[in-house]
Amino acid sequence: MSTASLDSSAGAQRPADDVLVINSARTPASEFRHWLRLFISELRIVYRRPRNMAMLAVLAAAPIFLGIVLKFNTPGPGAGPPNGAGEFIGQVAENGVFLSLLAMFVLMTLVLPLSVAVVSGDSIAGEAGLGTLRTLLTVPAGRVRLLLTKYLMIVVFCFSACLIVAGVGLLMGSILFPIGPVTLLSGETVPLIDGLYRLLMIVVYVSLGLSALGAIGIALSTFTQHAIGVMAAILVVVVASEILDAVSQVAVIHPYLPTHFWLTFDALLRTPITWMDVWHGLASFAVYIVIFGALALARIRRANVTC
Amino acid sequence: MTLVDPTPARASALHQALIDPDLAIASIGLSMRFRSGQLAVDDVGLAVPPGSVYGFLGPNGSGKTTTIRMLLGLVHPTSGDFRLLGTDARVGLDHVLPRVGALVEGPAFYPFLSGRQNLARCDAADRTADVATAAARIDRALDQVGLLAAADKRYRAYSLGMKQRLAVAAGLLRQRDLMILDEPTNGLDPQGTREIRSLIKQIAADGTTVFVSSHLLAEVEQICSHVGVMSTGRLVFQGTLAEMRGRGEPRILIRTTEPDLAAKQLGRIGLADIVVDERSVTAELGEHGADVINAELVRADIPVFGLETVRPSLEDMFVELTGEGFNVNG
Repeated sequence: MSTASLDSSAGAQRPADDVLVINSARTPASEFRHWLRLFISELRIVYRRPRNMAMLAVLAAAPIFLGIVLKFNTPGPGAGPPNGAGEFIGQVAENGVFLSLLAMFVLMTLVLPLSVAVVSGDSIAGEAGLGTLRTLLTVPAGRVRLLLTKYLMIVVFCFSACLIVAGVGLLMGSILFPIGPVTLLSGETVPLIDGLYRLLMIVVYVSLGLSALGAIGIALSTFTQHAIGVMAAILVVVVASEILDAVSQVAVIHPYLPTHFWLTFDALLRTPITWMDVWHGLASFAVYIVIFGALALARIRRANVTC
Repeated sequence: MTLVDPTPARASALHQALIDPDLAIASIGLSMRFRSGQLAVDDVGLAVPPGSVYGFLGPNGSGKTTTIRMLLGLVHPTSGDFRLLGTDARVGLDHVLPRVGALVEGPAFYPFLSGRQNLARCDAADRTADVATAAARIDRALDQVGLLAAADKRYRAYSLGMKQRLAVAAGLLRQRDLMILDEPTNGLDPQGTREIRSLIKQIAADGTTVFVSSHLLAEVEQICSHVGVMSTGRLVFQGTLAEMRGRGEPRILIRTTEPDLAAKQLGRIGLADIVVDERSVTAELGEHGADVINAELVRADIPVFGLETVRPSLEDMFVELTGEGFNVNG
């Protein structure tokens, strides 16, 4: 800046003060409007960030890649093993809807949790690392208000990540393979619209499972200013949980593992739907969200922000 | 964020009553002990009058930033009380902080956003800001610090001076009654320092109380009406700049080609703290008159080329208050 420009700004008339005066009236409606503004700003920060955009692009590329591979190397019906991804792999060639399911199933083992780990691990620790946490808190954004806004942003991210995988999977499936009435895992065939409805329920279920992981992430994120450490810790939780879930000797703890119910969404692909499995899963997610949400809240309210 | 847990040890209601609610910043017994046991801030009683430009001075590590963090609610005091613009901190700072613009320990923004986007982010977090005027307010703040031309450049590409100015702009997003600026000139070249100083003058001229910390006295000396000096966690001086100036003992300075003889003569007269230099001698003047000393020297045939009484510079007093540092005098 030149001295000249400083002088000109120093000499500038102070603008009409009514613009700058603080509007102290706080109604629930204005509180909500202001909160919405912060929330939108939060979403902008996350979705405009080049790193996160690249991550979402990878998520979108995965179903495309899977679709192309299966198009040129088509497995026959029932080709895969009778559980896990194998349940879907043989169906893809018959019905493109299954590409969407297969993609979600495959990405749930690592890539989707990784993306949630990045966003939730970064949520508080990243701001602390940049120093923007102190900027936001002195505005003041409100500690609890900021945390809740960030968690809601994480939930939105979980839904958007799943929707991208399912949506691109469905699109690629419909381009590469026939689309029609859906043959369920239990053998019945339901109309396409019913199949899509079940797909949507699965997206919601998986998103909530990831949101539970996001709650663990944001809680860990309040303890440090090193976002990368939190991301690694979340992934350790995921991998450890998945390994323990595969060891039958510790079957007694399986229902308490955070990842145990992630893939039980196949219950929604049977007739009748085994709702008990679905409710168990949702209850598990809710418990994780409550416990780690409370931890995060307690932590953010007491924390000394020294960075 | 460190893992320091605040202990809710707070001073009595009597203490609270002692804190003048008319002051812009008032604190009593403000202390902060880190979990490591180190007492970072020790019994600090700030009194920042409204409308003043208060220079908060002290060497690096003397507890200035920790004090500022406490005032802004970022860290919790171990003990002590304070009021910010008359609001009791125990009641909560959320209602008063919108009236306070702050820059803490250097500018902190998102490197991947532009200057304008960064200010929009700050404004969006403010639950009392007027949404309708946001764009106009942001542009005006950018204009005030001379960043309008660089508003759409990414923060990453800003120079250090521009970053500091953007941080000040964040404080100018709305009318503030108090600006708390922590080392706003840190790391800037003389030109950047002058720019910030001129900005502070401008802010103060608008009637905003400015609380500005620095480890360099010279940087804030020209703009401050009041000073507080921190040393190893304690507030060792607080008052107007004039009071600080008046604090030093006057000395006599004699320019002479015979400094040793002059020193002897001064000793005979009874002056204390005589310091001999190559071509001059200084001593504490005390109750003696400079004219009498001059006459004594001339009578002793000591060539006097110049004689003046000097008050120690603010710099000298600052050093005296905060300690010499590492072997300054060799």
